[in-house]
Amino acid sequence: MQSSAFSLAETIGAVVQEHIGRVGPLMLVLHAVQERLGYVPSAAIPMIASALSLSRAEVHGVMHFYHDFRAEPAGNHIIQLCRAEACQAMGARALEAHVRGKLGITFGETTPDGRFTLDPVYCLGNCACAPTVRIDDDIHARVTPQRFDELLADLQGDGR
Amino acid sequence: MSIRVFVPRDTTALALQADAVAQAITAEASRRSIDLTVVRNGSRGAFWLEPLVEIEDESGRRAFGPVSPADVPRLFNNGFPGDCQDILALGPADELPWLKRQQRLTFARAGLADPLSIESYRSLGGFAGLENALALSPQAIVAAVKESGLRGRGGAAFPTGIKWQTVLDTPSTQKYIVCNADEGDSGTFADRLLMEADPYQLIEGMTIAAVAVGASEGFIYLRSEYPEAKKILLAAISRAEKAGWLGGDIQGSGKKFHVELRIGAGAYICGEETSLLDSLEGKRGLVRFKPPLPAIKGLLGQPTVINNVLSFAAATTVLAKGAAYYRDFGTGRSRGTLTVQLAGNIRRGGLVELPFGRTLRELVEDFGGGTATGRPMRAIQVGGPLGTYLPAAQWDVALDYEAFAGISGMLGHGGIVVFDDSVDLAQQARFAMEFCAIESCGKCTPCRVGSVRGVEVIDRIIANEHRAENLTLLQELCDTMVDGSLCAMGGLTPYPVRSALQHFAEDFNIRDT
Ligand SMILES: Cc1cc2nc3c(=O)[nH]c(=O)nc-3n(C[C@H](O)[C@H](O)[C@H](O)COP(=O)(O)O)c2cc1C
Ligand code: SF4
Repeated sequence: MQSSAFSLAETIGAVVQEHIGRVGPLMLVLHAVQERLGYVPSAAIPMIASALSLSRAEVHGVMHFYHDFRAEPAGNHIIQLCRAEACQAMGARALEAHVRGKLGITFGETTPDGRFTLDPVYCLGNCACAPTVRIDDDIHARVTPQRFDELLADLQGDGR
Repeated sequence: MSIRVFVPRDTTALALQADAVAQAITAEASRRSIDLTVVRNGSRGAFWLEPLVEIEDESGRRAFGPVSPADVPRLFNNGFPGDCQDILALGPADELPWLKRQQRLTFARAGLADPLSIESYRSLGGFAGLENALALSPQAIVAAVKESGLRGRGGAAFPTGIKWQTVLDTPSTQKYIVCNADEGDSGTFADRLLMEADPYQLIEGMTIAAVAVGASEGFIYLRSEYPEAKKILLAAISRAEKAGWLGGDIQGSGKKFHVELRIGAGAYICGEETSLLDSLEGKRGLVRFKPPLPAIKGLLGQPTVINNVLSFAAATTVLAKGAAYYRDFGTGRSRGTLTVQLAGNIRRGGLVELPFGRTLRELVEDFGGGTATGRPMRAIQVGGPLGTYLPAAQWDVALDYEAFAGISGMLGHGGIVVFDDSVDLAQQARFAMEFCAIESCGKCTPCRVGSVRGVEVIDRIIANEHRAENLTLLQELCDTMVDGSLCAMGGLTPYPVRSALQHFAEDFNIRDT
């Protein structure tokens, strides 16, 4: 994690350097910043804007248009529950209620201990074996409430 | 030859613990000093059988599935990887009725090999279409695609050859090929399966388009929800470049074509082609007014072919086997094969490729085997979140573009989501509006605001507040959205809502809960 404004500026500088000159660099830069820092800090917006000769409003507008970009750091693990139709047909609504209760948070929130962030997602392309949950980069099929608890217990074990 | 054991690395297989299965097989084999090689193949799309493990030896291939890590020691006890009598033994996968009764053109290779092996791709007929294309004039390539009758597989079903002709005929020093791999519809995974199981087919199709219209740069716009496809595509692009199937001089032809992978950021609307182009340009994904068509002014204002993954893939078959071969599959104005994705509450879900013209009922009953829960089927949504909910009385409709239009439905990208009798269509209608509110690009008021109002009105109907007035209001709201929206997001959201009201009115009635 970056702590000082200086190192943030360095990170942004390096990322911009890597992507400037490519078609539509802003999305690439936002993805890269989020990959490195886990989110796009508000202090990064004017830096990105000036490096790419865009207005702050443009950078802000793009960042907030897309669901993936975060303005705040996420928890150690990001849990995405699919809310779309194929998963609904297999009990996603009940799973959603279970997960909210279990974690004590709703969509867009992070548990107070900073371990889990819960996000909605609309389709992970696993629609023949629903309901589907993504935890970080791993996708899980046929997730019943009980299976969710097992997956969570596995994560508890990793200490993060 | 050492025995080869195939364990898919497809997303659904991985989501069902395929990695752990592969590890268990390797560990068990080494414990028993059995010589075998584990190959991570793509999936055949029979997702209900995943992880589908196959053994290949001198006598051919035999399948087992669905295999869990816990099954592995027992399989070995029962003779795996030799002659293995086990309850999970399925015989040769090709002989499974579910696969055998399909007619696969685009997905013929899916699941047969390591998706990243160019040698396997070649030996299974890959790059034949591009080789033929390199020997043809641009106009002859475009003519073949036109003659094949291929219509875009992304949803709008526009004739692919006509689009390519427009780009070919528009003079410019820089043209682009863009692949729409945003596959946002719930209930669809055909693009994902193709990219994960047979990525070179997409690269080949895009390169054919590039040679046809004279483009030297291409982009694949992939949704961020597909991390496995991302890994596979990145590796495939780099290997294709090394092998001279992409790059500055494709197979000594003097033609150049580069492909770059771009990742979306979780916006459904970016599947709409003009929104996608704005997103590629690094902007908010706002839908553009048409005209100008992307074929004339697309990416960075230049002539651009933008097609769905499956449209590019189909072009490889057209160029390899000929336009007439492809056109001979299908019915009426729907030519070639349709890739149906059986999803939701379905016993045997997965990818079914068939010529156009079969009925929906055949698909969900014969292939799908009814619901996963074993309860009666009650509603089927075809064509993604903007598609209508069909009651049983409409399940005999033929799967072709015109037949679906005839019942106010759409085939879209071929997603079929089955619901059992526990579904509440009032909630489904509410979700259609909610989804539109979440994903609207915000350009038009009927879509941006209408969808929010739609959720509220449906809530009031469910709560039985001023019922008659609110039902009228909902119909008016739907009219406004249909008439006043720039794109199909706002324009088609009323379809699932209205079909729910029309065919499942009882779900909107007063209830105790
Ligand atoms: C809201 C909306 C979402 C869309 N999503 C996709 C998508 O995810 N993938 C796709 O290929 N086409 C999608 N389309 C259709 C595209 O706009 C376009 O028709 C398609 O990319 C053209 O390629 P094709 O002719 O090969 O189908 C969508 C359209 C709309 C209105
Ligand atoms: S209908 Fe909706 S998504 Fe489409 S252009 Fe208008 S506001 Fe954007």
